[in-house]
Amino acid sequence: MDRILDGDSSSVNWLKSLSRNPNWRALAFWVLPILFLGFFFYQPLLALFNLLISPEWGFSLANLNLSKIWEPLRFTTFQAVLSTLLTLLIGLPGAWLFTHFNFPGKKILKLLTTLPFILPTVVVAAGFNALLGPRGWVNLGLMALFDLQSPPIQFLNTFGAILTAHVFYNTTIIIRVVSSAWSQQNIRLKHAAKVLGASPWQTFKEVTFPLLRPSVLAGTLLVFLFNFTSFGVVLMLGGPQFATLEVEIYIQALHLLNLPLASALSILQLFITLLITIAHRRLSGQRDVQISPRSQEIGLRKPKKGLERLVVIILVVTLFSLLVAPLASLALRSFIKLEASRGERGEIQRGFTLRYYQELGINRRGALFYVPPIAAARNSFIFALITIIITGFLGLLVAYALLQSSPINAFLDPLLMLPLGASAITLGLGFIIVFNRPPFSDINFPILLPIAHSLVALPFVVRTLSPALQSIPYSLRSAAKVLGAHPFRVWLEVDLPLLKPSLLVSIIFALTISLGEFGASTFLSRPEYPTLPVAIFRYISQPGALNYGQALAMSTILMTVCAGGILLIERLRMPGKDFF
Amino acid sequence: MLEIKNIEKTYEGKPLLKKVSFTIEEDETVSLLGSSGSGKSTLLRIIAGLEDAEGGQVFWKGEDLAEIPAHKRHFGLMFQDYALFPHKNVSENIAFGLRMQNRPAEEIEQRVKEALETINMVDFKDRKVTELSGGEQQRVALARALAPEPRLLMLDEPLGALDRTLREQLSRELRRILRDTKVPAIYVTHDQEEAFSIADRLMLLHDGKILQNGKPHEIYQHPKNVWVAKFFGLGNLIEGKVRERSPLIVETPLGKIEANCDGDTPQFGEAASLLFRPNQACINEADCMNTFSGEVIDQLFQGDDYHVMLRINENIPLFNIRLKEPVQIGDRVKIAYHPEDILCLSNGENEL
Repeated sequence: MDRILDGDSSSVNWLKSLSRNPNWRALAFWVLPILFLGFFFYQPLLALFNLLISPEWGFSLANLNLSKIWEPLRFTTFQAVLSTLLTLLIGLPGAWLFTHFNFPGKKILKLLTTLPFILPTVVVAAGFNALLGPRGWVNLGLMALFDLQSPPIQFLNTFGAILTAHVFYNTTIIIRVVSSAWSQQNIRLKHAAKVLGASPWQTFKEVTFPLLRPSVLAGTLLVFLFNFTSFGVVLMLGGPQFATLEVEIYIQALHLLNLPLASALSILQLFITLLITIAHRRLSGQRDVQISPRSQEIGLRKPKKGLERLVVIILVVTLFSLLVAPLASLALRSFIKLEASRGERGEIQRGFTLRYYQELGINRRGALFYVPPIAAARNSFIFALITIIITGFLGLLVAYALLQSSPINAFLDPLLMLPLGASAITLGLGFIIVFNRPPFSDINFPILLPIAHSLVALPFVVRTLSPALQSIPYSLRSAAKVLGAHPFRVWLEVDLPLLKPSLLVSIIFALTISLGEFGASTFLSRPEYPTLPVAIFRYISQPGALNYGQALAMSTILMTVCAGGILLIERLRMPGKDFF
Repeated sequence: MLEIKNIEKTYEGKPLLKKVSFTIEEDETVSLLGSSGSGKSTLLRIIAGLEDAEGGQVFWKGEDLAEIPAHKRHFGLMFQDYALFPHKNVSENIAFGLRMQNRPAEEIEQRVKEALETINMVDFKDRKVTELSGGEQQRVALARALAPEPRLLMLDEPLGALDRTLREQLSRELRRILRDTKVPAIYVTHDQEEAFSIADRLMLLHDGKILQNGKPHEIYQHPKNVWVAKFFGLGNLIEGKVRERSPLIVETPLGKIEANCDGDTPQFGEAASLLFRPNQACINEADCMNTFSGEVIDQLFQGDDYHVMLRINENIPLFNIRLKEPVQIGDRVKIAYHPEDILCLSNGENEL
């Protein structure tokens, strides 16, 4: 009897010591996230590699048409470099503007710079379409003014459209990354240089810029990465003659059904983005070194008269029109009827209308596979809800795993962040290859979409939750324990309420990412279950004022939700924490 | 009541606590003193059950606490950084422990009110703790620790984060509250003045062991060895070698000095240190054998007396004495010590 009792208590002790070992604790928290990532991310990734070497596709590197790889790679790199340079051209002066001057409208402009980061590509594409497209404000206005028969400005399907949208997207990244470093620069360094006899230009060259350089480089790399993996913008604004790697993967996989070529391109792309991501992380690490006490409000002034004032005005106007024009024209255009609907003849009624919104719920065509936009919105929100649940649950597990002081975190953390470097297109392609067979038949395919969205959103959620969790002083939990709180009670009374703001931010991230996700959705959404971005993509390219108007109405709704979300995030986010 | 037996703990592979043992009796405030990194806080966390010892046991009234988790021990712990819950206001913080005991709402309210009265912070009950000053936070932390009526209160450097004037005021308040509640308490600090003013008994933690354990005045008068004398800043310490045992003569850079010692007389030839308390120096008294002279290097007026720094020779550090009358910088002063005022201390810490 004694021996049995002994054995019992030793097994209890064994369990107890296991639960107190940080390695085992970390591992316990990692199990589910790793299984999830392994099954839904690394398995598809391996399948892509596998496809290249498996003989059943009758594919070998020898008969691979290298120009089919070289051509999109060359164009992708070219447009990414050019877009990045243009972005720097506006973004760097923008950062200078924000860190040196007070000007009217600064607060609004600052708020606007948070927007593009989270806006879905379809919304931005629709915005530029509504501004400069054949049915956009500018063209319709010029046509009315000069009595023209066709739109005078050819914007859609041009290289310029791609560049413009990229600049819109990424200028704010440069502004935010560089401003944050610039405003943290100790103003005394500049003063010291001046006192030592340096001219303003010398001061900039010798002191200011060298200290900014890591941030500028990090921001540039990030922008380059986004441009390099650009999909929705190129597809919707660039038209058929421009194909980046992403678009080429999409075309090869979904239109030409050449999966081996698609996976070859995917792997190439993954490799390059991985290199950029690693370089970016290194640079970001370097950046932290030079941070000195904040002196943000010091040095802000009104622009002086003359040249400086002119430059400031030009910058403010440029930034405002860049950020506001496409979005405002999108929203306005969705409420205003300017051209005839299909089949409508004679004098048309122009002016304010709610029709595009009212039509969202109506199935005009009565077709079997036709889905009214409202259904797409419903799909999107259901997928977003599932994404929120998955990322919230896994994100918390990972955040707690990272909280344990265990060496295994150093190995497992990068595994989690890799999906950040993998494009959604690659993800979608991998999903198709792996899961387009039992037990994932066509019928339950929609389940895969929120899973893909979760993979995209998870790194953001973890990066939100983990610092918040780590910032909770351990002594708070100890205090609760000593005061008699059971471990679960400690979590309920201490961790949970303190995590609440970050949980909310995570939810908004998951929501907006899922709602706006386009790349993986084009692969995975079935015709009968489109998401909002997919529906927008379908409607905007169809003829007729009604389709166009509905696409813009949907885009406006999506924009409003995302904009509301990001503004809420800005208010909740911990001070000093940025995502770049 | 509380008995600690042979507690062992390593930190990053090095032994931090080497078989520490002591007891705490009812109604007793014991101060655990030690320099930073000596393992004081770790010891508290082990007693609280927040950390596991690698060896040894903790008993409460004879009961081994090994299997009792922290939340069932009914000990109070006041943290160095106070660890007030930032998402709860002052009252909610104080009520936390009472809520965990599932006490009825009216009783919780009543006890929170009493606790607020004790710390003179009734008007602060709905304040956010993040808006409180350091001293206010300290008092709330104390009230929170005391509200659930712990069997034992542990305070981890409770005044460490405060400035000097506030520290003196709060230390007085703390003493009053501890006396009134009669809860046995362990008070961890690295500041000997704080320890002297608050504790009934002192325990010196050094090199993983309790080096000396006794009432404040005992330790002051009879430091166990050189380290203790240094830690309390008791006076000038001059190293030397034992040359005669009766009477005890120690050869030092000051010359041969006659001294006395507590307990066993050190062995012939053993290295030892002599403690010269600054306030026991006699000036210009020639009828004593322990006489030496030095040049006045510096002089500081400190209210009651003058702190004078002497250079006696190059082989020993500057020598501090206190004088009632001022002297001139640059003067040579002749000082003497009675043998019974010079305490001979062992250098070694291997005893115990």
